[in-house]
Amino acid sequence: MLDTIILVLDSTFRLSTPLLFACLAGLFSERSGIVDIGLEGKILGAAFAAAAAAYVFQSPWIGLLAGIGVSVLLALVHGFASITQRGNQVVSGVAINFLAAGLTVLLGQAWFSQGGRTPALPKTSRFGNIELPFAEALKDVPVLGPIYYDLISGHNILVYASFAAVPLVWWIVFRTRFGLRLRAVGENPSAADTAGLSVTLLRYRATIICGILCGFSGAYLSIAQGAGFIKDMSAGKGFIALAALIFAKWKPVNAMFTCLLFGFLDALAIRLQGQEIPGIGEVPVQVFQALPYVLTVVLLAGFIGRAIPPRASGIPYVKERT
Amino acid sequence: MSKGQLPRWVDYGLLPALNLIAAFIVSGLVVVVIGEDPFEAVKWLVWGALGYGEGVGYTLYYATNFIFTGLAVAVAFHAGLFNIGGEGQAYVGGLGIAIACLALDRFVPWWVTLPFAIAGGALFGAAWAFIPAYLQAKRGSHIVITTIMFNFIASALMVYLLSNVLIPQGTMSPSTRNFEAGGQLPLLRNVFTTLDFGQSPVNLAFFIALVVCVVVWLLIWHTKLGYEIRSFGANPDAAAYAGISPVRITVVTMLISGALAGLMGMNVVMGEQTRLLLDFAGGAGFVGIAVALMGRGHPVGIILASLLFGLLYQGGAELAFEIPTISRDMIVVIQALVILFAGALEHMFRPAVVAFFDRFSSETAEA
Repeated sequence: MLDTIILVLDSTFRLSTPLLFACLAGLFSERSGIVDIGLEGKILGAAFAAAAAAYVFQSPWIGLLAGIGVSVLLALVHGFASITQRGNQVVSGVAINFLAAGLTVLLGQAWFSQGGRTPALPKTSRFGNIELPFAEALKDVPVLGPIYYDLISGHNILVYASFAAVPLVWWIVFRTRFGLRLRAVGENPSAADTAGLSVTLLRYRATIICGILCGFSGAYLSIAQGAGFIKDMSAGKGFIALAALIFAKWKPVNAMFTCLLFGFLDALAIRLQGQEIPGIGEVPVQVFQALPYVLTVVLLAGFIGRAIPPRASGIPYVKERT
Repeated sequence: MSKGQLPRWVDYGLLPALNLIAAFIVSGLVVVVIGEDPFEAVKWLVWGALGYGEGVGYTLYYATNFIFTGLAVAVAFHAGLFNIGGEGQAYVGGLGIAIACLALDRFVPWWVTLPFAIAGGALFGAAWAFIPAYLQAKRGSHIVITTIMFNFIASALMVYLLSNVLIPQGTMSPSTRNFEAGGQLPLLRNVFTTLDFGQSPVNLAFFIALVVCVVVWLLIWHTKLGYEIRSFGANPDAAAYAGISPVRITVVTMLISGALAGLMGMNVVMGEQTRLLLDFAGGAGFVGIAVALMGRGHPVGIILASLLFGLLYQGGAELAFEIPTISRDMIVVIQALVILFAGALEHMFRPAVVAFFDRFSSETAEA
């Protein structure tokens, strides 16, 4: 029994990580007032760039950097459209999702000729699993031993990084001057502008941070969890992250728990596939797949608490009317 | 004409054209990056879409899908609502069409099934748009987010239904059985035998789409409801002050929008495939966004934009065949760039064009 629980929780961590990075990414963007439904595209673009670069340079670190680079580039396109050009942010996000979906496969096919995949990465070009100190020694301690050895130890560095990012993001958003200003432009940009802050600059910085974090998310998929890029490998994770962000009410610690919950649902779906639950019978795997979205809709409807987005989100800031 | 304003032909003709050209130039650069000749690519693309009968047939077939989804997005736009859930509504609408066909196809000819299929598609599509609409109107949850969520819920639901409920016994592929003749729309290649449509699946749904365009045009610009929709979209507060119920307009507009998206299945489910299968909407719901943006929400514009995208889809397939390094995903890239330039960056060239016309008009005024 304990083994099964540990197994499910273990894969929960692995499945939550890309969601968590993307969710924190969206948090920066939306807190600054830029709605970002292009998380999905940035993850996908980063996953491709990371896998391609890791393959060519045979280093996961260069892969990670390339992933971040591409993701930031896409974020800047979104920033240019929604901040400088004051375009529709939803439309821009849709465009970025398509751009990534098309370009990754197109370039993948043109460069590697494997139907849009990148070549399989050897172990040395990926982020391997890290064994934490004393894991081997403590393995045989009852209960705590397996928990430490199987559950906490033995993940790759990005898994730990994603959870370490949570307190960091909390501190940046709620305890630094930058964070205060970030939230100010998301709630009331004209007041922030009156106080002498550049709304444009702050929002650009937020979108760039968003791009960096999405880069981590994408790199995780292709060079840590997986061993190469596969067409459409983000498979809606950007949208689940968006749902998680709303579910978490735009707060970092809530975001972590929501991503763990959604990751757990995913892990449970894989575990329970084709198995009977006593008293209920077989639950179709699609129920678990749809559950994050259903929960988010229920939350948005205000039946379990209230999710109120940053006030200026989605509204381009116009400094002066001419 | 006052300063800073543009003549209508510039607003509705020149600016969209400039945006489109920008999108195509960037697409051309992508082709250059891949190491192919963009002009060669354009040649194959246009030839594949318009060069022979079957290509034209396919172009019209794809365009039919986009007319339906484009109208769906456009109607919602007129009320200031962003319906990003056309994909899910089309998918679920297909279920309504399939149910009508499965129930009737063995007993009656296709033209008896037709009204039931149309009603089924519209009803199911509208139903799928109802919850997001109601939540937006009554509980203030943002329609963009809820319709995105409903796309995914629709996908999970349809996978379940197709692989567990609708699948005929003894088969492995998740789809319904093939409809008999009573559940099939006539193909144009069998109706207009003098025209050469090759083996293309363009069917009666193309004409249904054109009729729907007229209906939407009448609805939006020539009925009280249409006036209310447009007023609400232009200024919700003023509309509410004038006695237009925001809840009613939001829900009714989204029902119409969902119904239009739901009709897309007429073309694919009842026209081409003659069965309901996984993912038949294939992204057409999202192309609808691009089509509605480019067509500026007007049915005539939407038809033109749909033809353009139909051309890209069919031509892109031909292009991928002739130049294998440019895979079909090139269309997705072009589509993305069109959405980006015609949608999100639509005002990018405006200041320059306004400045040009201001100088031009002041010169003529002095002379």
